[in-house]
Amino acid sequence: MLTLKQSRRLNTLVVGLFAWAIALLLFFPIFWMLLTSLKTEIDAFATPPQLIFTPTLENYLQIQDRSGYFKYAWNSVTISFGATALGMLIAIPAAYSMAFYETKRTKGTLLWMLSTKMLPPVGVLVPIYLLAKQFGMLDSRAVLIIIYTLINLPILVWMIYTYFKDIPRDILEAARMDGATLMQEMVRVLLPISKGGLASTMLLSLILCWNEAFWSLNLTSSNAAPLTALIASYSSPEGLFWAKLSAVSTLACAPILIFGWISQKQLVRGLSFGAVK
Amino acid sequence: MKALNLLLGTACMASIALAQAAETLTVATVNNADMIRMQRLSKTFEQQNPGIKLNWVVLEENVLRQRLTTDIATQGGQFDVLTIGMYEASLWGDKGWLAPMKDLPEDYDLDDVFRSVREGLSVDGTLYALPFYAESSMTYYRTDLFEQAGLDMPEHPTWTQIAEFAEKLHKPGEDQYGICLRGKAGWGENMALVTTVANAFGARWFDEKWQPEFDGPEWTKAANFYVDLLSKYGPPGASSNGFNENLALFNSGKCAMWVDATVAGSFVTDTSQSKVADKVGFTFAPQEDTDKGSAWLYSWALAIPTSSQQKDAAKQFAAWATSKDYAKLVAETDGVANVPPGTRESTYNDEYMAAAPFAKIALESLKQADPASPSAKPVPYVGIQLVTIPEFQAIGTQVGKMFAAALTGQMPVEQMLTAVQQSTTREMKRAGYPK
Repeated sequence: MLTLKQSRRLNTLVVGLFAWAIALLLFFPIFWMLLTSLKTEIDAFATPPQLIFTPTLENYLQIQDRSGYFKYAWNSVTISFGATALGMLIAIPAAYSMAFYETKRTKGTLLWMLSTKMLPPVGVLVPIYLLAKQFGMLDSRAVLIIIYTLINLPILVWMIYTYFKDIPRDILEAARMDGATLMQEMVRVLLPISKGGLASTMLLSLILCWNEAFWSLNLTSSNAAPLTALIASYSSPEGLFWAKLSAVSTLACAPILIFGWISQKQLVRGLSFGAVK
Repeated sequence: MKALNLLLGTACMASIALAQAAETLTVATVNNADMIRMQRLSKTFEQQNPGIKLNWVVLEENVLRQRLTTDIATQGGQFDVLTIGMYEASLWGDKGWLAPMKDLPEDYDLDDVFRSVREGLSVDGTLYALPFYAESSMTYYRTDLFEQAGLDMPEHPTWTQIAEFAEKLHKPGEDQYGICLRGKAGWGENMALVTTVANAFGARWFDEKWQPEFDGPEWTKAANFYVDLLSKYGPPGASSNGFNENLALFNSGKCAMWVDATVAGSFVTDTSQSKVADKVGFTFAPQEDTDKGSAWLYSWALAIPTSSQQKDAAKQFAAWATSKDYAKLVAETDGVANVPPGTRESTYNDEYMAAAPFAKIALESLKQADPASPSAKPVPYVGIQLVTIPEFQAIGTQVGKMFAAALTGQMPVEQMLTAVQQSTTREMKRAGYPK
C-alpha cells in the first residue's frame, strides 16, 4: 500500500512526465527544423532520415549571401511593432468605452467585430490590391501596418475588453472623485492595473503580425517584404531545398521565439488574468 | 543671382541623378537552380549597364503564379520582368497584358532559338516572352540493373515494353522499384505525365467540338495502364510523389526507371547529389500507338507586363539573360553543363554535348515536340501536356486529384473516368464551350 505522501509523489511524477511528453511533442517540429537546417541538401532528403551527420552552417551563409536576411527582418520588426502600436492605440479607448460605459448594443457590436474575422482574406484580395495601387501603397510597409491593424483589431478589442471588465468601476470612480481627468484616469490608474493583460495582448498581436503570410506575400514585392516572403522564396518544385528552407524558417522564427521567451512571465500572467473570478 | 543659378544647377543635377536612380527593375522569378544562377550572374549586367539596378523577387512556383496573376490582372505594375511558363505567355499575350518582344538587339539571333519553343511563346505570330530554358520529357534508366537482368533498352521504347522491364526489375524487398512516375495531384504534376501517356495511347483531352473524351476507349486503356503500372511496380505511396520526390528516389538508387523532365539530366548525373551518377542511361519518352505528344514541352521565359514603366530597360535585361553571351558567361563561371538548356541551337555545341551525356536525347525530344499537334487525332487546342485555355488550371487539378484517388485505390479506374468526364463536361459548359 502506498502512503498518502507516496501516492502524492507518484501523482506529481506522472503529471510531470505527462507535461514533459507534451512539451517535447510540441517542441519536436522546431527541433527537427533546426536539425535539418544544419544538414546538406542530400542529407536532408535522405530516407530514412539521418540523425548522425556532419553539421554545416553553409545554408545560413547562402541565405545571407543570396537574399540579405536583415532587410527582411527589419521589415518584419517595423511592420509588426507598427501594427501592434497602432492597434493598441485604437483598441484601448474602444475597449474602455465598451467595458465601462456599456449600452445595450455593446454585446452585438463586439460580436459583429469578431464576425469580420470569418471573412476569407482571398475574397477581398482584388479590391484591397486595387485600393493599395490607387494610393500608390503597393510594396510599402505602411499598407501592411494598416491591414494588420485592421485584421487584428477585433481580437485586441475583445481581449482588452475582458481584462477591463475585471477591474472594479469603483477604483476609476475614486480616481475621478480625486479630480483625475479622463486621460489621467486611463494613464495613471487603468493602464497600470491592467499591465499584465495589455502586455499579453500586445505579444499576441506581435506574433499574429509576425506570422501573417497571405497579405505580406500579396501586397509586397521587394522593398517592404517581411520574413514570411523570404521563406516563400526558398521552396521549389524543381531540385532539393529542404535544408535551406529549414534554415530560413529557423531564422524567421528565431527573433519572435526569443522575444516570447523573454516576455514569458508577462504572457502567462496575462493569460491567467481573470481566470478565477 | 549667382546663388539662384547655383541652386538651379544643383536642382538640375539632383534631378538627373534621380532619373538615373529611377531605373530600378523588379524581376520576379522562381526558385529553380538556373534562375538563382541568373540572379547571381546578373551583377555582370548591372556592371555593364550602370543606369539599371535590379531588385529580385524570388518565389515558389505556385505562389509566384498567383502573385503575378493578381498583379497583371489589376495592372498593378509591381514587376518589370516576369518569369512565366508557356501557358501564361499565350493566355496573357492574347489578352494584351504582355509587351510584344519586338526590336530585339541585332546580335540576339532569334532564329537560333528553337522553333517549337518560339511558337509556344507566341500568339498569332507575335512573340511575347523570351525563353530562359526549356524542357521536354525523357526516360531515365539504370544501365547496371539492365545489364544484370540481361535487358536492352531500345531507343524508342513503348509503354508496353517499359511495363515488361518494370516487372523484371521490381524487387521491393531490396528497396528497388521497377518504375517511378509522378502521382502527386496537380495540373503541372501528375497530369503532365498522365497526358503524355494518354497522347501516346492515341487519346486527347477534347474532340474538335470541345467535348471531353474521357469515356473513350483510348483514355480507358491509358488510365488503366498508368494506374496498373505504377501501383504494381512503383514505390509505395506513389500518389504523393512529384518531381522532387522521384528525383530523390532515383538519386538514392531506388528506381530502375523514371520518365520525367529532361532538366533532371543534370541532377541525376551530378555526383554531389546522385549515388547512381555513372549508372544512368537516357532514352526517349515511351510511345505506344503513336509517338505524337509522347514527350512534353515546357519553357520558363521572361516577359514584360504592359503595366511596367520601364519597358526598354526591362527588355534589355530579358534579352541579356536569354542571349548567347549569357550562355557563354555561365559556361565560363559555372561550367558548360550548367548552361540553361533547351532554348538555342548554339547551346548544343560539341563541348556541351560532351559534357552533358543526356543532351542528345533532350535536344531531339525538344525539336520533335509540337504543341500544335499533340495527338494522333485533330484537337482544337494547343499544348502537349496541357490545354492552353484559362479554365485548364482548375480542370487539370480536379482531374489530377481523381487520378491520384484511382492510384491509391479509393476509386476504380472506370468509375474515376466517368466522374472525370462528368465534371469536365460540366466545367466546360459553364465556361461557354464550344466557343
